Amino acid sequence: MSNAVAEKKKPGFAAGAANYLDERVGAGGILKEFGRKVFPDHWSFMLGEVALYSFVVLLLSGTFLTFFYQPSMEFVIYDGSYGPLKGTEMSIAYASSLDISFDVRGGLLMRQVHHWSALLFVAASGLHMLRVFFTGAFRKPREINWLVGFMLFVLGMAAGFTGYSLPDDLLSGNGLRIIDGMIKGIPVIGAYGSSLLFGGEFPGEYIVARLYGLHILLVPALILIFIAIHLFMVVIHKHTHYSGPGRTDSNVVGYPLMPVYVAKAGGFFFIVFGVIMLISATFTINPIWNYGPYDPSPVSAGTQPDWYIGWLDGALRLAPSHWEFVAFGGTWSMNILIPMIVGIGFLVIVAAYPFIEAWVTQDKREHHVLDRPRNAPTRTGIGAAGVTFYAVLWAGAATDLIATNFKVSLNQVLTSMQILLIVGPIVAYIITKRACLALQRKDREIVLHGRETGRIVRLPHGEYLEVHEPLGEFEQWKLIDFKDYQPTLARPNSKGKITINARIRAAVSRIYFEDRIIPVTQTELDAARHDHPEAIEAPVEQEAKQITQ
Amino acid sequence: MSDKKLVKASSAEVEHEYSGGLAVVAPDAVKNPGLEPHRLRMTDKSVKHEKAAARQVSYMFFASVVGSVFAMWAYFAFPITEDLATVRANTLYLGLGLTLGLMGIGIGAVHWAKTLMPDAEVSEDRHPARGSEEVRAKAVEIIKLANSESGFSRRKLIRRSMYGALAFFPLPAVILFGDLGPNPGDTLRHTMWKKGTRLALDPTGVPIKAADITLGSVFHVIPEGLAELKKHKLEEKAKAAVLLIRLNPADLIESEERKTWSYDGIVAYSKICTHVGCPVALYEQLTHNLLCPCHQSTFDVTDACKVVFGPAARPLPQLPITVDAEGYLIAQSDFTEPVGPSFWER
Repeated sequence: MSNAVAEKKKPGFAAGAANYLDERVGAGGILKEFGRKVFPDHWSFMLGEVALYSFVVLLLSGTFLTFFYQPSMEFVIYDGSYGPLKGTEMSIAYASSLDISFDVRGGLLMRQVHHWSALLFVAASGLHMLRVFFTGAFRKPREINWLVGFMLFVLGMAAGFTGYSLPDDLLSGNGLRIIDGMIKGIPVIGAYGSSLLFGGEFPGEYIVARLYGLHILLVPALILIFIAIHLFMVVIHKHTHYSGPGRTDSNVVGYPLMPVYVAKAGGFFFIVFGVIMLISATFTINPIWNYGPYDPSPVSAGTQPDWYIGWLDGALRLAPSHWEFVAFGGTWSMNILIPMIVGIGFLVIVAAYPFIEAWVTQDKREHHVLDRPRNAPTRTGIGAAGVTFYAVLWAGAATDLIATNFKVSLNQVLTSMQILLIVGPIVAYIITKRACLALQRKDREIVLHGRETGRIVRLPHGEYLEVHEPLGEFEQWKLIDFKDYQPTLARPNSKGKITINARIRAAVSRIYFEDRIIPVTQTELDAARHDHPEAIEAPVEQEAKQITQ
Repeated sequence: MSDKKLVKASSAEVEHEYSGGLAVVAPDAVKNPGLEPHRLRMTDKSVKHEKAAARQVSYMFFASVVGSVFAMWAYFAFPITEDLATVRANTLYLGLGLTLGLMGIGIGAVHWAKTLMPDAEVSEDRHPARGSEEVRAKAVEIIKLANSESGFSRRKLIRRSMYGALAFFPLPAVILFGDLGPNPGDTLRHTMWKKGTRLALDPTGVPIKAADITLGSVFHVIPEGLAELKKHKLEEKAKAAVLLIRLNPADLIESEERKTWSYDGIVAYSKICTHVGCPVALYEQLTHNLLCPCHQSTFDVTDACKVVFGPAARPLPQLPITVDAEGYLIAQSDFTEPVGPSFWER
């Protein structure tokens, strides 16, 4: 009887809409496939989300700005609300940027939202990349997605720089002047390249409109496409998860998309947007009205690019004098070329790293359980070296501010930076790798001997012992579960020849895996639990001569 | 604990075994203990907590409504006038309202998920990216079929001519960008300075008399007539900007040929850095050094503006100057070398 009533009941709006969509686009199948898809939970997985959401905020705030901004370098006499610049001759681009700030309600807020979210987008992308690097999330099958993410990082910098130049203020104009100088420094084609970019002599009348086209159409379209590919591959691979009980390379443990992740990730978008809004409402960014319109003659001391361009500016500053020479009928501006090569070379190494490591390990398995950074000491050391290298270049862009704020000699700051650029990464590599190995030893110690309780007991024969509390089965798993690799020897191939490739690989594999800590085995664990805990030997580090593979 | 106990690691899938390369694993490796038993939250255990959490979530959503309404009110309540403080008030209150509108939704939704939605972790199987042998065989079959039907491998002439066509078709697109800018020609070698051009103050364009320049002072200079230019003012200024400094003639180290380029200790140098073109605007009177604020290239004014520090390689070009009959400073000629950043043909 009740069934009959239920059948007669008219379906509600939601059910009707669902039916409509299913019969037209097969929404039911899509939902069945993806609705309960499992996502693992970890705070570090939110870094990529922050980048994604700040991009959405960029699109929203950027669209608002396009309604008011005019990308023209024609000159006008300013007659807006900002008193100090009244009557000043300036480009329409700069005047319209001032109008957005001083004559449009909420305009300054939107400009600041746009600028802050741009800074956050690049920062979050960078941190997300570091997370992926240090946890080994780039390993098979995600190498291609690493490249896609890398492209997004580079495009983020491009979007940032093209946008930074649009207000045509004194600071951004100086940034363009530096780009002009760098392009002119390229052998053979430099002067032509600059003329093509600027439509004649610097600054010309075209560059703002050209950058505007790139900034609001080409670059964001590319970013959108790459984001789509990036997320599509995340769905295909399913998200990685950290080591933990029940987590393996053939499963994914976490919460279902509907309802938990829809609520968490959806809510997180609003939180990211809200935080950007809060910062923009309360902190000024890029006060272009203080700089004045672009003029090639004045410049203020302590000029700084936006943070993500700093490392390239630092590279320019750290180049020593007198690197320019004349040969083969032209001027070689090595003081500009070398920093450019260093910058591009660094990016190429970043992009290529997953392939380098895969070549060393020859590991063809799929990896879905993330490494704790300590469990891949060499990779973590390399990462620390890379971070140090970047950080020194970045600090290099602030040599003048360091010198004036700390009242030290500018020359000494610069020389120290030059030395640090070479020495810093090496030291960082060694310290980090050793720290990782020490942490692994500590993990081993804790698994075998338990956690220190701080309780001291006195045995009948007078000996004092600290009681160690063994870890639970679930708790210790995280400390045991990691991949172990052995260095290889250069072996002859099927023709009986030892190739150069094999030799190099053997040498590199020794650098990677010569010093390593072996995961605790069940036998060791049993011995430690059933015998006297204090009788267990300290962990053994592998010696090179023991290679038996 | 010797390596002999370790065996090569690999992953055995149903259909395909992947090599672990250099990976090794102990035969007595510890087994994964499986998922940890789920622990209940307070909101799972107590109705009181559950109801409290539900209330908190709805408060957040209400707060969001309040924030959004406040933002709309603030748009009208804090208009912008010529008083700069109104810009700050408009930005602040509009922004704070929007913040509350956004954060209320965000925090509410996350709180809902964390306290009221199930928090027991679930496990889902992964499948290797690689297709099954059957699927792969089918894919190969399709490619072979497409190949035989089109004759792609067989018809060499078609294939190669197509490669040729594909290689050539983007080239016109590259050429199409040719008119982005003119051939630079010798524009980079010349500036507005000519024989007899008066040195004028930047930005007013008032000519400067040699007598007006006191010892140790610095003037930012443009050629007379630049301020009145209707076209290409910035382009000309980007090349012609000059710094004028009066030194004690005894401090000057001048080569024979440049002895006549200064006037009574007054020297004029290009203001455009020879590194990447920033204006070299900072003068240190004590050391007679000019410092570029962009990349800290430092030039010694007493010694032909040679580079004493920083990434620049060449001295700042000197503008030969003298005075005219009325006592105004004038240029003897244009710069004798290109100003600004280095380029190939310079």
